[in-house]
Amino acid sequence: MKSFLTLTAAILSLSAATAFAQDTVRLGTEGAYPPYNFINDNGDVDGMERELGDELCLRANLTCEWVTNDWDSIIPNLVSGNYDAIIAGMSITDERKEVIAFTQDYYPPAASAYAALSDDLDLSEAVIAAQTGTLQAGYVAESGAALLEFATPDETIAAVKNGEADAAFTDKDFLVTIVAESDLIFVGDDVLLGDGIAVGVRQSDSELQDKLSAAITSMKEDGSLNALLVKWFGPETATY
Amino acid sequence: MFESCADPSLLDGLPWLACYLTTGKHMAFYGSFLTVLALLAITAPFAMLFGFGGAMAARSDIAPLRWLGKTYTAMVRGVPDIVFFLFVPIAMDQGLEWLRHKVKCPDWDAPIRQGSDFVVCTAAKLPLSNAPQWAHEVYGFALAMIAFAIVFGAFAANVLSGAMTAVPVGQIETAAAYGMSKRQTFWRILVPQMWVYALPGLSNLWQILVKATPLLFLLGVEDIVYWARELGGAKTSTFSYPHPDWRLYYFLGLLVFYLSLTQVSDTVFQHLMRRLSHGQATLAGEAQRKATA
Repeated sequence: MKSFLTLTAAILSLSAATAFAQDTVRLGTEGAYPPYNFINDNGDVDGMERELGDELCLRANLTCEWVTNDWDSIIPNLVSGNYDAIIAGMSITDERKEVIAFTQDYYPPAASAYAALSDDLDLSEAVIAAQTGTLQAGYVAESGAALLEFATPDETIAAVKNGEADAAFTDKDFLVTIVAESDLIFVGDDVLLGDGIAVGVRQSDSELQDKLSAAITSMKEDGSLNALLVKWFGPETATY
Repeated sequence: MFESCADPSLLDGLPWLACYLTTGKHMAFYGSFLTVLALLAITAPFAMLFGFGGAMAARSDIAPLRWLGKTYTAMVRGVPDIVFFLFVPIAMDQGLEWLRHKVKCPDWDAPIRQGSDFVVCTAAKLPLSNAPQWAHEVYGFALAMIAFAIVFGAFAANVLSGAMTAVPVGQIETAAAYGMSKRQTFWRILVPQMWVYALPGLSNLWQILVKATPLLFLLGVEDIVYWARELGGAKTSTFSYPHPDWRLYYFLGLLVFYLSLTQVSDTVFQHLMRRLSHGQATLAGEAQRKATA
């Protein structure tokens, strides 16, 4: 008991002397959704959102640190304070707004697309793979097609390749390179989902929300955001 | 790592593979094997400590202590491990932050729970949000370790208290006849002899602990399963080393790792069992006596 108390006291006083010169903002991302965010071969977070996040922090004068977290627990871990912001290709939806707050959007509503091995497919009756807890999964569930959910976007593609699912339904930007480099093809029409992609923050953290929104606005105004989107998503992507 | 790896797209065959297997990401993967071994090395003694304490408490003459010991084993053994692994780290994290919040920010007037948010003052965050990433990782790892120790300690407590009751009653009676106190009997007669009865159960527990380490992945610790899945997934040309879905090979590697680990442990336990059986009034001890006679 005594050692427990000592331990508790030690933890309580831990870094009591540390000065709070500048707060570090921890940015949470999934790290499995190229080109939005992924872990590159050096083991670092990379992608459009890495560049965007670093630039936003620079403009908002924040020190930022990147952390990765699984998609399915990315909102609960933000809310419980493991990190301070989510930059993970997360679209603004009313459902998510009940739990977290969003900054301004940094990517206009993006197209979602189906990728399959062949195009003779009735999408309203096929088995569609989508990532758990995404807009796409919600859309498939309502469309009447059979929904097969996976924890990572990579697994949805694997499911189509090994025949478990007829098609995968994700953000089109994620599929473009995959379709170009494998025998998958786009089928059906693109679907526009969500109200744009934004940074998610805790509802109680309106200070960070305002700082990041202001930084996004300044990037929209000087055109650097558009340049970034074109660099990662190609010249045909939606811009501001 | 090697200079020849500067442009992987020019390589193929073995040089490509050599470069591929030495990327920063692979180094993190190899390092995560150490994470798993460290978890085992630290958790096992703590679980034994919890187990021994639990067994002693459950056999205690003091009623509240006995209830505590029995409740601990019954409760933890009755709840699915996975629920416990998810519950303990979150509860401990929020509990500690709440305590620190009360101590460090007494004049904070906003509620801690705001809707679904858990908000404590910046100074109470654990680890502090400006702490380096490794501090966060060590903290997460420590929470996971405590969860493991609590769960496996409960099972160990049950095994040990079973082993304590298995020691032949004649031994205890003889100790009493020699005038040993209860405490002396416990430490000098009961404990040295109970290990041989506890070992089969403990070796089982160890093997289960080895196989439960992938649960680290659930707790957000980047262990070998995390990296195997991450590295094995199909990679497009967005990455420097594009390759198709190789998860099968990575998971095969994990399978070999776990099999060798359990195999080595098995050998060690057999050796221990032989040593502990020596001179014991058990079938194995008797067989050893006859073999040397």
